Order: sequence, then structure tokens, then C-alpha cells
Amino acid sequence: MSSKLSEYLRNRLKEKKILLMTHTVVGYPSLEDNWQMLEEMQVANVDMVELQMPFSEPIADGPLFVKANQEALKNGIDWNAYFDFMRRAHKKFDFPLLLIGYYNSVFVMGHRSFCSRLAEHGASGYLLPDLPLEEMEDLHELSKEHQLNPIMMCTPTQKDTRLQSICANGSGFLYCVARKGVTGAVTKIDPMVFEFLKRCRRYSDLPLALGFGLSNGADLNHLQGHADIAVIGSALLKTWEEKGPEAYRNHLNELAEATT
Amino acid sequence: MWSDIFQTEKPGYFGQFGGMFIPEILRATFEELIEAFESAKTDPSFWTEYVQTMQSYSCRPTPITYLPNLSKKNGGAQIYCKREDLNQTGAHKANNVMGQGLLVKRMGKSRVIAETGAGQHGVATATMAARFGLECTIYMGALDVERQRPNVFWMEQLGAEVVAVTEGSATLKDAINAAMRDWSASMDDTHYALGTVCGPHPFPTMVSYFQSLIGQESREQILELTGRLPDRIYACVGGGSNASGLFLPFLEDEGVELVGVEAGGHGVESGAHAVRFSGGHIGVAQGYKTYFLQNPEGQMMHTHSIAAGLDYVGVGPILSHLHDEGKVRFSFATDKEVIDAVRLLIRTEGLIPALESTHGLAGLLRESSEMDEEDIVVFNLSGRGDKDIFNIAEALDDPKWREFIHQKSNEYRKASN
Repeated sequence: MSSKLSEYLRNRLKEKKILLMTHTVVGYPSLEDNWQMLEEMQVANVDMVELQMPFSEPIADGPLFVKANQEALKNGIDWNAYFDFMRRAHKKFDFPLLLIGYYNSVFVMGHRSFCSRLAEHGASGYLLPDLPLEEMEDLHELSKEHQLNPIMMCTPTQKDTRLQSICANGSGFLYCVARKGVTGAVTKIDPMVFEFLKRCRRYSDLPLALGFGLSNGADLNHLQGHADIAVIGSALLKTWEEKGPEAYRNHLNELAEATT
Repeated sequence: MWSDIFQTEKPGYFGQFGGMFIPEILRATFEELIEAFESAKTDPSFWTEYVQTMQSYSCRPTPITYLPNLSKKNGGAQIYCKREDLNQTGAHKANNVMGQGLLVKRMGKSRVIAETGAGQHGVATATMAARFGLECTIYMGALDVERQRPNVFWMEQLGAEVVAVTEGSATLKDAINAAMRDWSASMDDTHYALGTVCGPHPFPTMVSYFQSLIGQESREQILELTGRLPDRIYACVGGGSNASGLFLPFLEDEGVELVGVEAGGHGVESGAHAVRFSGGHIGVAQGYKTYFLQNPEGQMMHTHSIAAGLDYVGVGPILSHLHDEGKVRFSFATDKEVIDAVRLLIRTEGLIPALESTHGLAGLLRESSEMDEEDIVVFNLSGRGDKDIFNIAEALDDPKWREFIHQKSNEYRKASN
């Protein structure tokens, strides 16, 4: 389904070889660090950013993000802190913002309240990795009312019939998971990945994002012509944690260079 | 038929509870498992092999034992217990893992992973893996590794790798998350033998099927022993596998009251407990919808119990449904009540119960003393207490045990210097 977000992405793709979506867990290491990361992302002309809402049981995430989720909760991040941060980021930065989180937050908040809060605070859409297609109907209806894009996840393990249904329910762009496993482990970009992206393309003309295990400019170069958006999450957080803000800026610049 | 509870309009749902809230990457694996279980379920040769395996390897049927001394001492109803402690590896967990082991053989996988709280499911899985020649990895919360060292020792001796999970509260729920993460990368050759009636469909259904042996046997045996069905049956409830196994075959017997006993820890008012049906709210985590102990924003809370196997934040969706329908009544027992009940059972009947199972007994003792002498109550002695020797000795503050530990510690210290 075409939307403001997909139009934005298509326009950006006219100027770039591949787009870059980055990620931060709100509240980890701290809100100040998150803000500094976003400022660097703006300088690097990042195309889209996922703001992760921390959850105590992040089952689709690897050890780095699991720890980040837990530390963010220890730092006292609650829904208000999360949405305040999103509103500030929406006002200050140019890139579209997506919520990534787990379904229990949405279930407990209530579908209607979730959608209206997201829309009010400036989000373009959301990803909920543990919410299956079979449970989405009500939330998708409300998302349409609020002009939010529920981002669907395609995986190489899906049979064609399921992949087709997932693509048919897509909005904004499709998030293609490069491999089995959770976030953070290294992905080898090989012909299997390209084949998988081709399968996704067969069922949708939405922009295709590829995530899980990408880390550097070389990965982005390999993906050009196959995927429209590269998603970099864990690798950047690792750089921030291990080497600090300056290395983070260099890492972002290296990625940004590969997009043009 | 009691098993009609599994014939639901929406597969894997029991009322509003259950479902398959899983990352899309795992979908195909769950579908493969559903297909394998559905095909096995209707294959008489599978059940023949299962029953034979349970008889020859796990000493089934386990008996029901009358407890005359305890009945007399406590007053009130006559107390019986179902002896799941006599299973291979000392707990009801064998019923489930041997069933899943036979499914692994059908699916042609070579590796099995599992999570464990008290360690009983880990030991049972490692045993099954040794028996069937499978590689085995067990995820266990680091805190549980500390308090259940004897079980960790046995898992390792059985050839399993035990991974201590340090994330979150370092208990059972975190071990489940870690096992799920492993599975999402290793699904091609690996089966996740989930240990209880929780998690995404088909686990609640599948594990309940395997565990329903407990209730089927109990029903026949108590009829044979006493000529009638019991007035009340009790089982402890962590995830709820032994309770589901005992309760389901009695579901249509209107005169039998089903009582689940949760872990009251230091008491509900203390906040350090695992009483989901008093303090919990409906939510979606770890792949399914049920009552969870969570804060108002849906973050799972830390739980506590002296029994590692009951220290779990959620509860099986079938039990949540039966609770809401008023078909199972839930109560809880505190750590202190449990220790008192352990001591009483050991002294009066010569049975050494697991701390988990003793919650069922403690709930029973509180209520059965008010009942008539003609009344009959049964509790599920779901596991034996050998594994709890350190915790029980510590709780009883036994001076000779303390001296023994000091002495051993000194010997090890001297040897390493």
C-alpha cells in the first residue's frame, strides 16, 4: 500500500543508491546519549530511524539489545519518557521515526490509545516483531485512521503463500530479515539473501529494507540493486559502547558514503 | 470428553488465552511442529511406543499412595498422593520429554534444547537426549544454577551443555527467552523441548496431552482404591504442567474440586512471590497470552519462590481459561508453609517431596483439616526432593549439615592451595 512514507522513501531513492535506517533503544545508555546519536544521524543524512521502546522480554533481540532494553528500563524509561523523546526528536530532526517494540506494550496500552499516541508524537509507523499477521486486523484498521504504517516482516523461512499475505498487508516498506536468528549476529550477504529479496519483490512493489547482521559500508555496497534500505542497529550500538561518540560518527559516515 | 478442551475454534486458543505470538522467523518451525504433533496424535503406533517407553523406562503407571499418618495428624479428610516422584529422573517431567523425544525422532532432528527452572526439566531432557542419542543444550537462569547445583551436576554428567542465563531476573522466564533465541537460529536441526504448558501453540496443548497420563491414571487408581472419585485434588502451579496433567481428566467430574496452589513466596503483600491469579494481569509475552505478573506498563516483574520451578511470571493458558470459567480454584502457599509441610511429610510418611510439589501439599493441609473424615483428597507429588537438599537444609537451619558444608569447603580450599 502506498503511503506518505513509501513516497518519501521512493523520492530519496532517486538521489541515493541505497537508503539507511538506523536504530536506538530509547533510554540506553541514556536519553542524552540517544539524543547525541540522533544528532549524528542527522549530520550523516540518515533516511529513517527506529526508536525502540524497551520491553522486559525482547525475544527477537540478541544479547546486545537485550541488555540495552533492560538497562533502559532500569534507567526508568516508561511510556511517557519514550513518547516525550519521540516528540522532541520529531520536532528537531528531518528523518521519519518508527516505533519498534513488543506487542505487550501495545496490548496493555490499548490499540486505540497506542495509535493515537504514536500519531500525536510524530511517528510514521511501527514494527512489532512478535505480533503475527493473524492478530493484526484491529490494529491495522486503527493504523489507517491515524495514517500510521504497520511495517511487516518478511523472512527467508516463509513459504510463498505466507510471504504473499505478509506483503499484501505491508505498508510504507517491507522489513526483510536477512537470516535466521536474532539481532546482532553477523550476516553473510550471499546469493541466498538476493534470492530471498527477489521473492519479496515478486509480491510487493513497496521499498524493501534488509536488516539483521549488517554492519559496514561494504555490506551496503553489496546490497545495492537488491535492497532499497539497509538497516543497521547492533553494529552502531556496539561502536558507541566500545569506542565512543567519535567512532560512532565515523561509522555513520562510512555507512552514509556507501549510500551515495 | 475432557479432551474436547483442545478442539478450539481458533487453534491454540483457550477462551481468550494462548495463541502464537512469535517472531515471523519461527513460524515455519512452529508449523512443522504442529504438523508433526497432529500426525503423531492420530497415529496409534506413536501412542503405543509412548506408553511402552513410559512403562519400561519411566516406571509407569506410578501408584497412588494412601497417607494414613499424615491424615491422622492433620485431621479431617483422608489424604492420598499420586507418586510422580517415582518417574525416571524423579519428577513428572519425564512424561513430557519422552513424548517430545519420540516426536524429535519422527521429525529427524539431531539436537534438543530446553529451558529449566528447578532443573528437573533440564535433567529429564538431558536424560532423554542421552537415551535417544541427541545433542543437548539446557538454558537455566544463573540464579537457578546457583540454587540447583545438584541438578546442574547431573545434566552435565548426562552430556548436556548447561548455559547460565544472566539476563533479566536470571530465572526461568529468562531461560525461556534464551532458548527461543537459540531456536530461531538453529531450527533446522534442533527441537525446543519446552518444559511446561506455556509458550506459543502447540506447546500448551502438546505438553498437556503428554502430562494427562497423570490424571488418567489417578482417576482409575483412586476409583479402584476407594470405590469413588476424590472430593478435591491439589497440584502446585508454576507453568502448570503437573496441574494440567492431573486436572484435565477430572474436568467433567462435577463432584471433584480442582485446586491449583501457586508460590506465595514471602507473602503476596511482600511483592516477593509468583501468585499470578491474585496479583497478575492479562498480557502477551514469551509467545502467548495469559495472566502475567507485570507492572501497569506491561513490563514483567521479578518473581520469588523457595521453589525454583514455581518462580515463573506467567501461567499456562489452559489454566487461565479454567480459572476464568471457575473450573479450577487457585490458592497459594508461602515459603514458610512449604518448609513446614516438607518436614511434616518426611517425618510422618517417609516421603521426601520436591519443594515445588510441597506447595500442593501445603494448600491441601490448610484446607483438608476442616473437611470430614469420609472425604478424600489427593495431591500430586510431582517430584522428589533430593535436588532440594541444600535449600531445605538451609531453610531448616540444620547445624550438622552446616558443619558438613564447612568441612567440605575447608577440604576443597586446602586442596586448591
